Amino acid sequence: MSSWIDIAALEDIPPRGARVIRTPQGCVAVFRTGDDRVFALEDRCPHRNGPLSEGIVHGTSVTCPLHNWVISLETGQVGGPGEGTVETYGIRVENGRILLDEARLRRPDAA
Amino acid sequence: MAKKLVVIGAGMASGRLLEELEPGRFDITLFGAEPRGNYNRILLTPVLAGEREFEEIVTHDDAWYRRRGIATRFGEPVLRIDRRQKRVITARGATPYDKLVIATGSASFFIPVQGNDLPGVVGFRDLDDVEQMRAAARAGGRAVVIGGGLLGLEAAAALHRQGMEVTVLHLMEHLMERQLDPAAGYLLQKEFEGRGIRVVCKAHTTAILGKERAEAVLLEDGALFPADLVVMAAGIRPETRLATEAGIRVERGIWVDDAMRTSAEDIHALGECAEHAGVVYGLVAPLFDMAEVLAKTLRGEEAAFVPPVVSTRLKVSGVDLFSAGDFSEGAGREEIVFRDPARGIYRRLVVEDARISGIVMYGETADSGWFFDKLKSGEDISAIRERLIFGPAFQGSGETDPLASVRALSAEAEICGCNGVCKGEIVEAIRAGAGDLAAVRERTGASASCGSCTGLVERLLAATLGTEAAPPAPAGICPCTDHGHQDIRRLIRARALKSIPAVMQEMGWKTSCGCHICRPALNYYLLCEWPLEYADDAQSRLVNERNHANIQKDGTYSVVPRMWGGITTPAELRAIADAAEKYDVPTVHITGGQRIDLLGVKKEDLPAIWADLNAAGLVSGHAYAKGLRTVKTCVGSEHCRFGTRDSTGLGIRLEKVLWGSWTPHKVKMAVSGCPRNCAEATCKDLGVVCVESGYQVSVAGAAGMEVKQTEPLATVETEEEVIELACAFLQLYRESADYLDRPYKWVAKVGMDWVIERVVTDRESRAALVRRFEISQSVHRRDPWAELARPESRPRSWSPLADLTTEAAE
Repeated sequence: MSSWIDIAALEDIPPRGARVIRTPQGCVAVFRTGDDRVFALEDRCPHRNGPLSEGIVHGTSVTCPLHNWVISLETGQVGGPGEGTVETYGIRVENGRILLDEARLRRPDAA
Repeated sequence: MAKKLVVIGAGMASGRLLEELEPGRFDITLFGAEPRGNYNRILLTPVLAGEREFEEIVTHDDAWYRRRGIATRFGEPVLRIDRRQKRVITARGATPYDKLVIATGSASFFIPVQGNDLPGVVGFRDLDDVEQMRAAARAGGRAVVIGGGLLGLEAAAALHRQGMEVTVLHLMEHLMERQLDPAAGYLLQKEFEGRGIRVVCKAHTTAILGKERAEAVLLEDGALFPADLVVMAAGIRPETRLATEAGIRVERGIWVDDAMRTSAEDIHALGECAEHAGVVYGLVAPLFDMAEVLAKTLRGEEAAFVPPVVSTRLKVSGVDLFSAGDFSEGAGREEIVFRDPARGIYRRLVVEDARISGIVMYGETADSGWFFDKLKSGEDISAIRERLIFGPAFQGSGETDPLASVRALSAEAEICGCNGVCKGEIVEAIRAGAGDLAAVRERTGASASCGSCTGLVERLLAATLGTEAAPPAPAGICPCTDHGHQDIRRLIRARALKSIPAVMQEMGWKTSCGCHICRPALNYYLLCEWPLEYADDAQSRLVNERNHANIQKDGTYSVVPRMWGGITTPAELRAIADAAEKYDVPTVHITGGQRIDLLGVKKEDLPAIWADLNAAGLVSGHAYAKGLRTVKTCVGSEHCRFGTRDSTGLGIRLEKVLWGSWTPHKVKMAVSGCPRNCAEATCKDLGVVCVESGYQVSVAGAAGMEVKQTEPLATVETEEEVIELACAFLQLYRESADYLDRPYKWVAKVGMDWVIERVVTDRESRAALVRRFEISQSVHRRDPWAELARPESRPRSWSPLADLTTEAAE
């Protein structure tokens, strides 16, 4: 069951940028693409734990700032150079506000 | 028996006429007031500037006259024309003619003020004038040039080059008012002033003062300009005395009809002394047309002189200007203007009835031929009006063909900047059989020097030969594009692309917003090309440059304040120690670049720690930047018993001039006070080793993945020259390297010879590089934290968007 909580305004994140939310499960990166879609992913690259929120956002991907692994914002799948998956979270925009599905975050072992 | 033809005046117009007349047709006698034959008067400017010798500009030598059977009487001025007996009179007697040509040219107009006949006041018309000026220049001192037109400015630039202190006094409101509009005149004035030539407009000269010789020029408003040399370049006056005295019709010049006949039978005139349809011409192209017409007339053929549309260029190296047609404002005339203040570019087209009627271009004139063609042909430009001003490169519509970008360039568009090769020459060479890059290089010189235009030349090959024969296009910089680094840089420049979306649109990017490889590169290229206009895109910066700190493996950051030349103070050390304690910095490390690294700072603490460091006078060390990192020094002559010079002081000066500049990759420098080289200057991107006789500047070293000793750039005598070389070298690197190539890699690609040529040998090039560097530094020489660390302007993005940990705990 979903429970959407209001996190911030869409404008609080720069286009092709990201911000971080602190949660009991660790940091979640909230991305905004060039065409104003939002995605929430675990802020941790499966390679060496790089903060994905500091990467360059292009199309619907982000490149990890530490060693350039490219991760799909839609699926959390690593597209290269290595393999792996990043946890994704429910998120949407409504009336210019970013809403996050809190239910997933409350689960002790979300990841 | 051949008819007797007498020609008075051995200038460029009569020289062309004599060439046109086949030998033996006339029995020709050529009189010249100057004791020498025909030479290329246009090239007197380079002779004055010391760039050429007189012998190089002689167009017809004694052997030529002998071959043509022309009797020459140089140094023998014609005193009068005896029309009744058809002969000309000189000090040595009378010479009969059947046909007479007056080509006496023009003389400098000496403004009618007191003192205009003093020794030291010269015109700028012939070799004697030039020799007087060169003699004056050898003695050094001050020159005043009266007149800021074409001739005056050429003289001023040449005298300045010869080492004189030069002032230009111009009567009108802006320079070259006959050829340029006020905006272009302003840019030209700025260019001259930038070189150190003083320019005074609206200057009414009232007298030239001096006893034995000219000493100063006095203006109406009382301003006084001391002068060892006064050059009269306020205009020219057609030399018409002989014609007037012979009763031939003279208006401003000697009146001629379409066939170049004067009012007197068997007497013709041409050149600067002639007036056709109310116009006296001073530029060479119409004079050559006159010569061709007159040759036909003399042969008894029909011919008519058609007044040409003339265009103007200034022969001052480094000044690019072009003007043609009528560009004054008026009813029914519209203008299209394009300005680019950062690069000093100005373009203005005057359009009347959907046709170009006037062109003024300053700063960049590669497309002038394309515009001038349209002006001359009277082509209707309504259909292309909107994009017209951007030139031929911008006339294509949305493109998917990767070769479209080179196809859209005009034949005159410069492809190879080093050797001045334009597209047309390359295409011609390819059509004539140059089937590959090597052949094009050999025939045209294009891409044979620095090689940065290789990609474009290859595309031209592909576009000209057709796709079957096309060599593989150079690999794109990333999967988003087929364009290589140098192609991108060149097209950004040629097509004036000023944003990342514009580049992606115009160069046909295959992705919507690029990737982590191309975006930082494009951001850098745009920033470098348009320093005053381009707005830095934070989202196209890699993490370190976006956050102005170095990210570490655990997501924390390191903080490195700048220590100029490796010098610090107890107060700075105290501030660093306080900050380290206050923000729980786990590791304090001394870097190899002589400064202190605070490792393990949390992102959200960065603005606050910098606010504290800023308060102690510390600024960003850019330890994270593709930019200037450190200038490492030894203690030099201040303390060391071996030090030859103040290496520390020079290092600090260098760092203060160069810091903040963005470069294709990081740049590290060092200054050692003696050849023992304690600062390890010979493995840096740029290193200076002080010796007793001066400073050895070397570049392109490396001490990273590869280890490489620097290569000598130049040895100079003063700190100022070291700084100038460093600025020019850095700017050349900024402008021409591929993004992420360190200087040693870039130099390996372009060649050290080319770098030396651009930075050391060619002084104009060096000065221009320094100038462009300064323009860029006017924006970038600052501490990013001065803004970012201010509490009121601290972007919220430093801290988390939301904290759900507390809520979750409830």
